[in-house]
Amino acid sequence: MATLRRSMLFVPGNNPALVKDAQIYGSDSIIFDLEDSVAPAEKDAARLLVWSSLRSTDYGRVEKVVRVNGIDTPWFREDVEAMVRAGIEVIRLPKTEGPADIARLEELVGALERTAGRPSGSVRLMAALEGPLAILNAYEIATSSKRLVAIALSAEDFVTSMRTTRSSEGVELAEARGRIVLAARAAGVMAIDTVFTDVADSEGFLREARLAKQLGFDGKSVITPAQIPLLHGVFAPTKEELRRARRVIAAAAEAKVRGLGVISLDGKMIDRPIIDRAQGLVDLARASGMRVEDKE
Amino acid sequence: MKAKDGGGRTLPETIAGFGKVAAFAGAWASAANRGAPRKLLSAGRPSKLLGSIDEAIRRSGLESGMTVSFHHHFREGDLVVNLVMDAIARAGIRDLTIAPSSLTNVHAPLVEHCRRGVIKRIYTSGLRGELAEQVSRGLLEAPVVIHSHGGRSRAIREGTIRPDVAFLGVPSCDRAGNARGWSGESACGSLGYAMVDARHACSVVLLTDFLEDYPAIPASIGQELVDWVVQVDRVGDPAGISKGATRLPKDPRELLIARRAVQAIDAAGVIRDGFSFQTGSGGSSLAAVRFLRELMLERGVKASFALGGITSQTARMLEEGLVGALLDVQSFDSDAARSLAANSRHYEIDATCYADPHAAGCAVDQLDVVVLSALEIDMAFNVNVITGSDGVIRGASGGHSDTAAGSGLAVVVAPLVRGRTASVVDRVETIVTPGESVDLVVTDYGLAVNPRRADLAAALRKGGLEVLEIGELREIAERITGVPEPVEHGNRIVGVVEYRDGTVIDLIRDVRA
Amino acid sequence: MEIIKTGVAGTLESCDASVSVEEHGLLELVIESADSRFAPRVREAALAALAELGVRAARVTVREKSALDCTIRARVMTACLRAAGLEKAPWEALK
Repeated sequence: MATLRRSMLFVPGNNPALVKDAQIYGSDSIIFDLEDSVAPAEKDAARLLVWSSLRSTDYGRVEKVVRVNGIDTPWFREDVEAMVRAGIEVIRLPKTEGPADIARLEELVGALERTAGRPSGSVRLMAALEGPLAILNAYEIATSSKRLVAIALSAEDFVTSMRTTRSSEGVELAEARGRIVLAARAAGVMAIDTVFTDVADSEGFLREARLAKQLGFDGKSVITPAQIPLLHGVFAPTKEELRRARRVIAAAAEAKVRGLGVISLDGKMIDRPIIDRAQGLVDLARASGMRVEDKE
Repeated sequence: MKAKDGGGRTLPETIAGFGKVAAFAGAWASAANRGAPRKLLSAGRPSKLLGSIDEAIRRSGLESGMTVSFHHHFREGDLVVNLVMDAIARAGIRDLTIAPSSLTNVHAPLVEHCRRGVIKRIYTSGLRGELAEQVSRGLLEAPVVIHSHGGRSRAIREGTIRPDVAFLGVPSCDRAGNARGWSGESACGSLGYAMVDARHACSVVLLTDFLEDYPAIPASIGQELVDWVVQVDRVGDPAGISKGATRLPKDPRELLIARRAVQAIDAAGVIRDGFSFQTGSGGSSLAAVRFLRELMLERGVKASFALGGITSQTARMLEEGLVGALLDVQSFDSDAARSLAANSRHYEIDATCYADPHAAGCAVDQLDVVVLSALEIDMAFNVNVITGSDGVIRGASGGHSDTAAGSGLAVVVAPLVRGRTASVVDRVETIVTPGESVDLVVTDYGLAVNPRRADLAAALRKGGLEVLEIGELREIAERITGVPEPVEHGNRIVGVVEYRDGTVIDLIRDVRA
Repeated sequence: MEIIKTGVAGTLESCDASVSVEEHGLLELVIESADSRFAPRVREAALAALAELGVRAARVTVREKSALDCTIRARVMTACLRAAGLEKAPWEALK
């Protein structure tokens, strides 16, 4: 099954009550945060806490991501070293401005993989785009490394740089979102939408999540577990989509049994990409808690 | 044949076809002994009002060695138990058995009365705080007897608990003793537990801080059951009785458990038109009401009734037409109390009607599903809601075993680990509800179905839910917490836990550490 | 690892531990546990963390509120590194 990143849950890195079992909420990924949620004086404490938890906690099937401190901070190298050694799966680099930033991170990660005895290339990267220059460099960033699996919009700093504020309609983010999705699709990586910070406003969150899905984003970062089921609901396929996908798969299976080279459904030809997409949709339906095996 | 004096007439001692004649002997001559052991101390007096609790104690006929009862509708705001026990101690009465429907943190002053021999035995559903701590360490010679709400009604009706005097705080009543719970400063809503005491105690003293004009009808406790009425400054502290509306939990963990519980109940096929439910007062079971409501709205499903401790959430569902009726033995917040006063489909029921296992039918038997909290659940699905993992009493039996036994689907919800304490364990400290009554355990790490309910496990799996073995949950918990040192118990029995039918289901031994 | 000053780390929030490490001639460890039944586990976790860092002489106080072993370990290590005046952890030596 393909990796899903519908929901990436931020967890403050210096809070043991939250770090200890953030996987229970069923997000696709957990992002242990060493950056904005941790005060400068506690950077060392948060790093050790996340390191220690990763060493001894079974986080199950959830993808383990860390947001390290920015490349120009005094904590960056130590963060990356601790996390690579702790067995992190993905490092999210904040404030990525261009491909050179990813190259620096990649070099450090590669060296650490060797000293820590981890398979080469096992640590994946993710870039958070937080400023106008980063957005303009989106495609270059998205294609800067084989390790890179996703680019993400981080809107709070972005709107400040753009001398505007966030609105419920999100017009100020329209261009950035469009460019990120375009770049991600062109580069073959995932596109992750920004957080929605008003935790009490579930209607507003749903509106924004539907917009992100419609634009083509693969998922969203979230800051509270309550947003996870809402998000998965938005990203779930419709029953009609699921029905159609299952018919495609059934037609392909039947063609295989009968040794047919050409697969058709309702008089139309079906090619490999359509079948792959149908399988992906069935997987997504299953992950969304839909009944996939039901007979029609 | 000896003639007898009637109202000035001469009457025969017996009449053929009628039997023995008890001749009229004055309007109040026989009242004191009628319906013994019920004492009608105040019969015929125009007013039952007494000036003080001390006087009420004197006039109630209370003596050393007797049994007094109370209710816990004022919860953490109760002032009555302490006021009355202080007055009893002042009167020099000793060796009492006290039988409150439950006790809370505010009853810590009872420790002193136990030490001085005023209190000899305790029957209660629950015990918390300092009193619970001291009882757990051997405060009393006789073990405290823990009963369920249904079990208490049974014990009182069958005479195992025989209150000589019931001291019942009521939010309002009139001079004749017509009392109700939904008006006055100390409004608490239903008086469901107190109604049992009023009917079966040998004498009944009401305490109130709000005297209404006669007749205060409809009444929860009718004047025909009441001997004396005492007006006091306050019977309860509103802040401790209830909050305006029970706040829905915001803790994501509790919400997660609640959401999962409702998903499971749905997969079990329970949520259909006309179904009925009860939820406990713990965080996750309260939150379950929210998700249940959302699902019912989405599906257009209506419940026939909701039972038990009623909160603002269930009262709202009644108003919305999502629930046909509320059967309320205890109102958990003032919204629920207001609803009881205002909504004709919100019914007050007593503990007998609620859960008495030896009554000719009780409401818990009509339940489709109940969601209950737990301190511990073990490999046999036994549930502990009375002692902490350190062996100290800190909870209440309440309606747990009653509703678990009565309902079609008994769901127990708990976080797998609290602090560093596992909730799913090899063996619970104390059994309150037997595993045979528990169908489903839902935690933040997943859910487990009682092997007795293979049908349920199959239904949940078909609904796309992952079903774990209870042993898997225990292993996950132990991996997280590590193995604690065992609790050091002594040999003294400090508590006897009764099942709802009066049989003994477990014992609580003293703790040493 | 040599302790040269007092280092503290952590909080008294639920699931956390507050650890202080001071200069001392011997290794002295004081545990204040929210649940005494886990005090031996807390002691083991703290001693293991001290051994891993090679701290042989210090007065260490661990006050914990139902913290898990991994949290005890992290807080003890943070306090030690602070008390040793080190900015970088000896990652290659840690398990």
